[in-house]
Parts: sequence; structure tokens; C-alpha cells
Amino acid sequence: MNKGKRDHVIHYLNNNIRYDGRKKEEYREISVETGVIRTAEGSARVKFGETEVIAGVKFEVGKPYPDSPDAGTMMVNAELIPMSSPDFESGPPGIVAIELARVVDRGIRESGAIDFKKLCIKHGELVWTIIVDIVPVNAFGNLFDVASLAVMSAIKNAKFPELDGEKIDYKKLTKNSIPMEEEPISVTVLKIGDHLIVDPIPDEEKVLDARLTVATLKDETIVAMQKGGELSLSTEDIKSMIEISIKKAKEIRKFLK
Amino acid sequence: MEKGKLLIKDKEVVVPGEVLAQGMSYLPSQGTYRKGNDVIASKLGLARVEGNVVKIIPVSGRYLPKKGDVIIAKVTDINIAGWTVDTNSAYRAMLSMKDATSDFIRRGSDLTRYFDIDDYMVTKIFNVTSQNLVDLTMKGPGLKKLEGGRIMTVSPSKVPRIIGKQGSMVSMIKQATSCNIIVGQNGVVFVKGINPEDEILTVKTIKKIEEESHVAGLTDKIKEFLDKKSKKR
Amino acid sequence: MIKMAYKKRLDGRKFDELRPITAEVGVIPNAIGSAYFKIGKTGAYAAVYGPRDLYPRFLKNPKRGVLRCNYNMMPFSGAGDRVRPGTSRRSKEISLVTNQALLPVVNLDDFPNSVVDVFVELNETDAGSRCAGICAASMALADAGIEMKDLVGAISIGIVDGQVVLDLDYQEEAYKDGHVADVPMAYIPSMDKISLLQCDGRIKKDDLLKGLEMGKKAAKQLIEIQKKALKAKFEVPK
Repeated sequence: MNKGKRDHVIHYLNNNIRYDGRKKEEYREISVETGVIRTAEGSARVKFGETEVIAGVKFEVGKPYPDSPDAGTMMVNAELIPMSSPDFESGPPGIVAIELARVVDRGIRESGAIDFKKLCIKHGELVWTIIVDIVPVNAFGNLFDVASLAVMSAIKNAKFPELDGEKIDYKKLTKNSIPMEEEPISVTVLKIGDHLIVDPIPDEEKVLDARLTVATLKDETIVAMQKGGELSLSTEDIKSMIEISIKKAKEIRKFLK
Repeated sequence: MEKGKLLIKDKEVVVPGEVLAQGMSYLPSQGTYRKGNDVIASKLGLARVEGNVVKIIPVSGRYLPKKGDVIIAKVTDINIAGWTVDTNSAYRAMLSMKDATSDFIRRGSDLTRYFDIDDYMVTKIFNVTSQNLVDLTMKGPGLKKLEGGRIMTVSPSKVPRIIGKQGSMVSMIKQATSCNIIVGQNGVVFVKGINPEDEILTVKTIKKIEEESHVAGLTDKIKEFLDKKSKKR
Repeated sequence: MIKMAYKKRLDGRKFDELRPITAEVGVIPNAIGSAYFKIGKTGAYAAVYGPRDLYPRFLKNPKRGVLRCNYNMMPFSGAGDRVRPGTSRRSKEISLVTNQALLPVVNLDDFPNSVVDVFVELNETDAGSRCAGICAASMALADAGIEMKDLVGAISIGIVDGQVVLDLDYQEEAYKDGHVADVPMAYIPSMDKISLLQCDGRIKKDDLLKGLEMGKKAAKQLIEIQKKALKAKFEVPK
């Protein structure tokens, strides 16, 4: 880590301003487009400033897990392709991609956003699997929040394909959406020195002490969290970070289509 | 000799493969090549016609280390004989102990006292081999380690526009923002101001120059931009 | 005896007509050069990083820089099942022919021992993805300031039930009532050379030659579209 850069980022924050001129709790410009990938059953393109992520939903059918014979399944996967950043390398997903996919997955799964029981086709034999892939087009900070919003938007956009016996006819989509119970929104708060910020750019991510991703529901219930970074957090820190997450989730929720 | 035919206007944006001029009277220069009767562009950029010479001022591309260039570089490694330095190009450079300082450095001493990993420096390229092995020196006016401030990168092809004629553009920004600005030939720029707002305005101005470097009347436009922004604050 | 059954194309295009095309340059700010190229329902991104340091070292060429193209389909970009992430034999082969399609125009003599990485990523496909990828890569390389003798236009030609056609879409590639041949090609106009040629299916020599002429004409149109997209980036902002 570059100490000089860290000091400089903190110098800015001491003056209540970010490296790119924003306020501490200010997001970059957000845009959400859905139905952008015709080959996916559901899709979304989400931009936070220069960070752009596509999420696509594909359905598969298969045998349920023996311990939940009447429930469908979901898999969230992230491909940090080298096209989207000079920092990403070719090859199987590394720890950064795995953490990203798991944090996004947890926010949706643990909130009970999807009623997996409704994804059962034939008890013990055939269920739907929802696969959501996250692919950044340009990775420029805050992939956690951008990807979470993209995945939620893509799931809401998805339509089940028709089933021909036990095979999917991908050419024919039904009018049926994925049954949604909740709509969790993830907000990541970074701690740098004594400062808390949201929607970081890479210069800020590189010098963070700790981060906390909090997924919340409309009624402010917390449904998933992930603490990251090398330094620990005090209870006071956590309280403040959760409060910021809840406040900011209300703003971001407006973009969920 | 038969009079040739020019197919483009001066300062027009051209793309690789585009025929710029026909006839042997036109001579291909940088960024162009001759094929039969034609002078053809081999780079994206602004076509310039000087007499009968046709060339292209590129608008993009990475830095290629050149002897004598003053650049801003970053230490990536420390080894037995000195420092390995990132030049914002395809090629790393070497800064040896003897070119780094006139101090006598005892064998095995702590080199981080001079330059640590991730330190930035204004340095000069004093040698480039045919294989693009690059040697740096810190001996010369203005060459130094950079402390504080922030680093930004721009397309190296835009560096002349950011500096301006005899440094006119960069002086104008310095005056408006009271920032210290050092522009490396490799597209790495150092900005240091008294307060963050000044630095942010400088960064925004430099980005604007980079985006609009091909636009006519750029100096006036930037002056206007700076006036407007300074008044706001 | 070949019967001429394919009298009208399934999507109503003329036999030598391209699908609708959009092209945009500079879509990936992190890259040195980038582009998006969409033809019909097939969309390709390309990003160029480099010239940069090349690893592993043994790939280095002390005479000139190395061009390294990588073709990949995003997991949701296939018309049917999800595409499993990671390299496949297919994507490796397409990466190879993409590289060779572009290599004749690219000059990296000034950058020995370095690499220019070109990442081609398909976000949705409906046939013709390697050609769309090459068109995107051609624009991205120019945008990255790489020295190039020309732009490259890539398109497929082929046979659908005895008829020579340009730019097959998926329903034509999958045509059941007659033979289908798919011939992806890339053309470099200033050299009058073909740098990509593959054939999948049955085609007579004379039909192939007729198709190649059709493809060459189309490649020139594709290059005009690339040219316009590259220049659009420099339109004076208001």
C-alpha cells in the first residue's frame, strides 16, 4: 500500500471532499437498463459513474438437492474479465471474484427474496435453477454495490422459458416472472482513517482500512453483511456504517426497476 | 512532375487505411506510408499537411521511452544495484545507485532511505537500447522525488497540448489554481495544491484538455472554463 | 442437381444485405482502446491493453511486439444453454484465427518484447460472432493508437440451400431443408488480401468465389462503418 497516497486521500477527506470532488456520502451518477441481453432470460446493465456491470439470468432445470426435494436453486457467479480492468487476469475466478459473487448471492438468498419452493417443477425430481452471471464491462470501483443492483434488476427482469417435458425451450419465454418476496439492496461503506465513505473509486479502495457491505430490506431489516479489509471495526464504527447503509439504500432502491 | 491530389483537409481526423493524398509529389512522413501512388494513414490522428509532406499527429497510444525525456515514474522494486521503476510504458527502467545520488552509498545500506517502493519521481531517461532497456538518472535540474500531491495519467500523445506552446497552457492552469503541476513526457502528471479544491480543478481542467485536444481554439476554451470555475468558488 | 429452394431469406434481407449494424468507439474507459460492434443480434466488445510487459517471458519476441487476441463468450450470450465460463477448444481456436486475421495490418516493430492484448467479449450472439469480434478489435486497435496499415472488415458468406448469401444469422445456419455452408472471412482492402477464411459445410468452388466477392464488398462497407465510429469520437463537443 502506498502510504503517500493514503495520506493524501485522508487529507482530502479531512477537508470533507473526495478524490474526485464528491462528498463523503455521495454516489456517482447511477443508471439502470434492463432487458439488454436478448440471449438471457433476464438481464440488466448498471452504471455507477465509470463502473459498468452486466448481469444476465439463465435458467436450467435439474434434480433438487436430496435435503430439499421441493426447492429450486440459485447460483451467482462473477467473471472479472481482463477486458474490464488492467488489474484483472485471465483464468478461473480468483478470491476477489469469489467474494464478490458470494456477497451478492448472500444478500439475495438470506433475505428470502426468492421463494425457492415456487421453483419446484416435480417434487424430488425436477426443479428450476436460476444462474446469474455478473460481468463487468469497465471496473472502476464499488463492484459490490453495482453488481448487487445489477443482479437484483436482472432477476426482476427475468421471464421463465417454456418447458418442453424436461427440456427448456429457450426460444419461447413465458410471461411468468421469478416469484419475489423481498428486494434487498446492498450498500458498502468504506472506512479510511476516521472517515466513512460510499461508492469508492479505485484510488480509495486501494487505501481502505475496512469495509462493510450491508444488505437491507425496505423496512430497514438487515439481511446480510460482509466485513472486509485488514483493520478491525469498533461497535461505534459498525453502528455508523449500518446507519449510512440504510440511509443510502433508500436512494438506490429508487433505481431498482 | 504531375501535380498530386490531396484528399483530406489539414487537421482532419483520419483513420488507418485512409488514403490521404495521391501522386508522387506528396511525401509520407510519420504515421503514414506510401503504397503505389497513394499516401495512406497508418494511425488514428490528425492529418497535417506541411508543403507536400503529409503526417499524422496521433491522438492515442502508449508511451515509448525516448532518450532525453523527462518523465514521472514509480518505484516498483528495490534490488542490489538500485531500483526498478515503472515508466507507464511497456518497459521498466533501471535507476542505478550511482545515477540516483551523488552520496556514497555503502554496500548493503537501506536503499528505501532514498526511494521506497511506490515512491514517484521526476526522472530523466539517459539511455534506451535497441531492445528498449531504459536507464534513468536523477542528476539534472528539476529531477527529484515527489512528495505529497496527487498523480494522474493522461494519454502521452496529449502531453504537448497540456504543456502548450512554451508551456503556455500549463502556466495558465498554474496561475488559475495556484497548483504545482509537473507533466511527464510519459503521460504521468503530478498535481499539488494548497487545498483539495484547487487540485480537483486542475485535474478536471487537464482531463478537459485531454478530451478536447483536437478542438480548434482550445486555449480560449480552457481559459473560459477556468474563469468560470474560479468565480464559482 | 441443386434445386434452388431458398428464394427469399427468412428475415427478408436481400442475399447480399448485411444485418443492421451499430458501432461505437471508446466504450471501456479503463482500456487504452476499445469498441463495441453489433450486427443483427450479435454484439462484441473489444478492449486493447498495451503495448505492455509480456509474461511469461519465453513468449517475448526481441524483434517486435506480440499481438495476443482472446475471444470469449459471456456466460449468458448463447442462444440456448448457459455458456460455461473458462476457455474451451472453440474459444481457443477463434482466438487464434482472430489474431491471424488482424496480424497482417498491425505493426509492432517499435515495441520489441512487449505484448498488445486484445480482449474480445461477446455479450449476445446470433451467428457471426468471430467476425463481429474482429470488427470490434479492428476499431479498438486503431483507437489504442496502434500502427496499422488498414482496418479489417470481417463477415461470413455462405450457402443456404443452394443460394449464395451474405452474413448468415442463426436461423440460416440452422436451416434444415437444405445444405448450409458458413464461410467466415476477413478482408484487408488496401492490400486486397484475405486474412481469415474458414468453411463449415458444403460449397462449390464457383459459389465460393462468388461469395468471396460479395464478402469483399461487404467488408468495405464494414470498414466505412468502423471509420465513421472512430471519427465520431472526435466530433466537437458542444
